[in-house]
Amino acid sequence: MNDYIKYILVMAGVTYLIRMIPMALVKGKISSTFVKSFIYYVPYAVLSAMTIPAIFYSTSSVLSAAVGFAVAVAVAYFGKPLLTVALSACGSVLAAELILRFI
Amino acid sequence: MASDSKFLTGLRDGIPIGLGYLSVSFTFGIMAASYGIPFGYTLLISMTNLTSAGQLAGIGIIHAGGGLAEMALTQLVINLRYALMSLSLSQKLDGEFNLFHRLAVSFGITDEIFAVASSQKGDVSPRYMYGLIMIPYIGWAAGTALGTLAGNLLPEILRNALGIALYGMFIAIVVPPAKKRPKLLAVIGIAVGLSCLIRFVPVFSFISDGFSIIICTLIAATAGALLFPVVTEDADDE
Repeated sequence: MNDYIKYILVMAGVTYLIRMIPMALVKGKISSTFVKSFIYYVPYAVLSAMTIPAIFYSTSSVLSAAVGFAVAVAVAYFGKPLLTVALSACGSVLAAELILRFI
Repeated sequence: MASDSKFLTGLRDGIPIGLGYLSVSFTFGIMAASYGIPFGYTLLISMTNLTSAGQLAGIGIIHAGGGLAEMALTQLVINLRYALMSLSLSQKLDGEFNLFHRLAVSFGITDEIFAVASSQKGDVSPRYMYGLIMIPYIGWAAGTALGTLAGNLLPEILRNALGIALYGMFIAIVVPPAKKRPKLLAVIGIAVGLSCLIRFVPVFSFISDGFSIIICTLIAATAGALLFPVVTEDADDE
């Protein structure tokens, strides 16, 4: 078995178990406030830690990435849909990189 | 008839999600190709995982030659949110949901599919859920394939611009609820502060990206749970 298959088996297996176990097994409600609170905060902590500072190295320059970041936060702040936020970020990075070429 | 229309309603509700996934997974395909991961494996990752953040972190670990334990822990922490969604949806399944349907439908829980399913009035049926999951699943796989194969045909400046798309999606998920909840914003601040600390302070340079995400998340979420416990009503209005 090659390394890719091992990695993918672990990725897919862990991800599926996380999704499957609660839906298959849990019928009642969790009562622990700590556990509920912890699980509530996890997605936001994960996505924030994944985004900053990595987003600033996701394009060809920190400057264009910073423009994309600022635009994405602004568009998301006004509650626009996911796709709109993502495409606004891409569009503003493109604009910033075109401008940077001529400076 | 009624069952067929539930499936069709699900299909219809899934179209906007599928279109969004098509473009986001396109950038995932480009990234995987830039990491040198072969086409077939990249497509296999998308068809077996169906998750943006986990896959992005996953190909980072593959690229860096990280360990399988690191991979498992990273996926566990990054995708732990699905356990909450799965739990929440388990309270919303109608009487037709036997164990088989639960095992099958749970595979398709994503942030967006969860959001649409939980916004339905009353309980959801298996047929509705299969319809809802189908188009996003196809969009996710097709976008990955296109990004992997055709991504290199795009000019570099366009690829650079698309590189930020996945992060844009994360921002779109985090910012709206953070705007309304100062305590959530504080937890995000802790996570971001730790993430920058680990990245920029040389003492921590031995910590890989995957473990950095785990450490930041565990500390920030634990601090949040201890300092700002969420009462049921707060969690329920998500």
